[in-house]
Amino acid sequence: MPILENLWIIPLLPLLGSAINGLFGAKWPKAIVNSVALGSTGVSFLCAVEAVREFLGYYEGNHKAWVKPFFDWIVAGNFRAGFDLQLDHLTVVMLLVVTGVGFLIHVYSTGYMAHEGGYYRFFSYLNLFMFFMLILVLAANYVLLFVGWEGVGLCSYLLIGFYFLKKSASDAGKKAFIVNRIGDFGFMLGMFLLFRTFHSLDFSTVFEAASKPEVAVEPLGQFGVLTVACLLLFVGATGKSAQLPLYVWLPDAMEGPTPVSALIHAATMVTAGVYMVARSHILFTHAPTAMYVVAIVGCATAFFAATIGLVQSDIKRVLAYSTVSQLGYMFLACGVGAFGAGIFHLMTHAFFKALLFLSAGSVIHAMGGEQDMWNMGGLSKKIKVTYWCMLFGTIAIAGFPPFAAFFSKDSILFAAYNSETGGKVLYGVGLLAAVLTSFYMFRLIWLTFYGEKRYDEHHVHVHESPGTMTGPLMILAFLSLTGGWFALPALFGGKDYFAEFLSPVFGAGEAGGGEAAQSLEHILSIVAVVAATAGLLVAWRMYSKKVQRGTSEGMHKLLYNKYYVDEIYAATVVRPLVWLSTNVLWKVVDAGMIDGAVNGVADGAAAVGDAVRHTQSGNTRSYAVWVVIGAIVVLGIVFWPILHPALFGGVR
Amino acid sequence: MVPTNYYLILSAVLFGLGVLAFVFKRNIITIFMAIELMLNAVNLAFVAFGQALGKSDGGVFVLFVIVVAAAEAAVGLGIIILTARNRRSLNVERVDLLKL
Amino acid sequence: MTAPVIIFFVLAALAVLASVSLILQRHPIHSALSLIVVMVALAGLYLLMGAEFVAAVQIIVYGGAVMVLFVFVIMLLNAGDEERTNFSKLATFGGIPLALALGGIIAAAIVRSSGHLPPPAASGAMSSTKQLSMLLFSEFVYPFELTSFLILVAILGAIVLAQREN
Repeated sequence: MPILENLWIIPLLPLLGSAINGLFGAKWPKAIVNSVALGSTGVSFLCAVEAVREFLGYYEGNHKAWVKPFFDWIVAGNFRAGFDLQLDHLTVVMLLVVTGVGFLIHVYSTGYMAHEGGYYRFFSYLNLFMFFMLILVLAANYVLLFVGWEGVGLCSYLLIGFYFLKKSASDAGKKAFIVNRIGDFGFMLGMFLLFRTFHSLDFSTVFEAASKPEVAVEPLGQFGVLTVACLLLFVGATGKSAQLPLYVWLPDAMEGPTPVSALIHAATMVTAGVYMVARSHILFTHAPTAMYVVAIVGCATAFFAATIGLVQSDIKRVLAYSTVSQLGYMFLACGVGAFGAGIFHLMTHAFFKALLFLSAGSVIHAMGGEQDMWNMGGLSKKIKVTYWCMLFGTIAIAGFPPFAAFFSKDSILFAAYNSETGGKVLYGVGLLAAVLTSFYMFRLIWLTFYGEKRYDEHHVHVHESPGTMTGPLMILAFLSLTGGWFALPALFGGKDYFAEFLSPVFGAGEAGGGEAAQSLEHILSIVAVVAATAGLLVAWRMYSKKVQRGTSEGMHKLLYNKYYVDEIYAATVVRPLVWLSTNVLWKVVDAGMIDGAVNGVADGAAAVGDAVRHTQSGNTRSYAVWVVIGAIVVLGIVFWPILHPALFGGVR
Repeated sequence: MVPTNYYLILSAVLFGLGVLAFVFKRNIITIFMAIELMLNAVNLAFVAFGQALGKSDGGVFVLFVIVVAAAEAAVGLGIIILTARNRRSLNVERVDLLKL
Repeated sequence: MTAPVIIFFVLAALAVLASVSLILQRHPIHSALSLIVVMVALAGLYLLMGAEFVAAVQIIVYGGAVMVLFVFVIMLLNAGDEERTNFSKLATFGGIPLALALGGIIAAAIVRSSGHLPPPAASGAMSSTKQLSMLLFSEFVYPFELTSFLILVAILGAIVLAQREN
């Protein structure tokens, strides 16, 4: 099994591509940069496919995950963190999504970024991101996962601030990195706690130890060790996957180029938090309090972000808040125990969200850089391919069958409904969020593609995007349509193939049981479709005809300004910290104590020199006196054994 | 018999007086003479020890000290003559070109 | 109070008084003469200890050559009374205590330690000239040669220094 033995090849190829492009790409023509970047990602994808094939063959015989340690990275006392890579069914899903969608977005970028400066740098960063994301997904212990975690955060910073000459872009990059860091602090504390409890951070060791019967399920409301550890890990996930309260970086991250938004902030990086929670599902199932918190945060975020998305005017902002909202759904799924459904939604979301972002990029490209929807309109006839792809994505996200998200969102809402702890409330809020999702996505469609054109034809020459861009769009559109069909048979009483695929990891508990459950599921599906249609109709009423941007007041103003959350954070967190840094850390510690100490040493030396200077008076007689003093000192030292009894009187 | 200690104490006293003169006098020649006084005090100590231990080593050392003192006096006085001619003064405090 | 002790005290007093006079005199020639008195007194003490050769050498070389040299230089330079300058505060105020401290340390060390040395032999049997010369040319021949070399160098130095600038 050549690839399985050498799993490191899958992340290494993008790393090589990144290094080659980064070091040499500045002077190369675009064609060579392209071939390096696309080649490394493409071959990595093929290797991933082959690895999956080999793994499935291996699993037939052995029925356990494939773990291969490659070398010892940290060995300290009884702590060992190795560069160990593993492959199990969950990793298979993540691996194929990351490499596949990643490759498509790379192809798209060759078209989108063709006229941008720093072309080679973009692909170097993008490949570097692939490397770190693959490390994250293939890691077999928390430490290596954290390496990938931090690495994708770094690449996110580099790529968001790609147009670094624009202040808003570099600020957004910093914001993303810093907010992520706050989450990472929680993650690290969680890891420390896990190490202290289980004395190892390898997945196999920790999960085996946690599944032993003696490890009790901690009751709801109590904060045992596992609950605290899971909550801390979840803090890290809120940072990385943009949940309340650390979601604020994701909308600002839209300053980066659109392929970046598609790859990192839709399909892959932000899903790392969901992946981590799903990977740690054994720990979470032993800590119902933590799961409850996860579900509530996920549900609240889904609703909260959807409300903000209702009134945004920047096409990418709408999609950004939509991403936050959909991530909330994934966490809701994990929180109610339906980890498989959460991963299913992660996969379908990768397809349709990447599709939506890339189509939006295509629209922006067609409009020559315009991103404000109020300056668009009537584009459906002009850019037909883009229009149809975007429509596919919108129908998918709204949850209409037979498109992909219908199945995944449905499983989530069904699992939420059945949850014992406040499930009905979670279901209700989730359903409401689905209505809002449908509404604002169709609002986007109508504002952008229908109505009269609200732009000046002489300045903007609307043109369809080149093949390198529309090709991936069409592939993703196809996947948005068909991606959910794994679960299709379940609708008619058959098997949910996706849940079955993941059952070696999550257990078979999610296969729905019994007739009553089946019909409840059918009812809930129909309710979901009705909700989506309601949203569509309201949007149609409001936006399909002649519209214009109104004034913003009251509730609209509150939502448009994102509930002023950024301003609140700035006042309560940022300003006090800046004040602390300036007045305490800078003025007192750095300038006062450290500089004072260093300067003090210099001043002390100067003072000593100044004092000693007086011995060099030029006067021979004083020199003579110094000689005598020296002689007294030397004689004193030499005669000390004889003299000191005399000085202190009597025998000592 | 005179105890050895007496000679040694006398030697110490003479040495101290030599140091006193060395520090207090301003005429360069007088300072030189104070050095000779200190050397003499040391000679006394050498002879006293030598005689007390019954060996001739004390005498030999004194010989060497006298020879060296003589050579030093010769060269030193030569330098003093030159310096005195240069600076036209025998006051050691006038030779202060190294003053900061 | 035996006779040697009395003689010792007389000679010692003479030496000390002459040294004090060396310090207190204003004209360098008087200091030189005081120094000669010290040397003669010391020669007497050497005789008292039984080191005749050393006493003789002291008077001949020290008193007869070195001090004469001093007197000649004083004459050559036309030295007058000492100037009463006082530029060094350190020397003025610290001089006496320090010198006394130095002498005191040495004296204290002597008194504390050398209680068990025998008194110097009165007769010259131990340190006759013959004994001394035997020692000088056997054990100490190397320093002896070196000192002859030293004298040579000193002579050369003195000659070089005495030359006038051309």
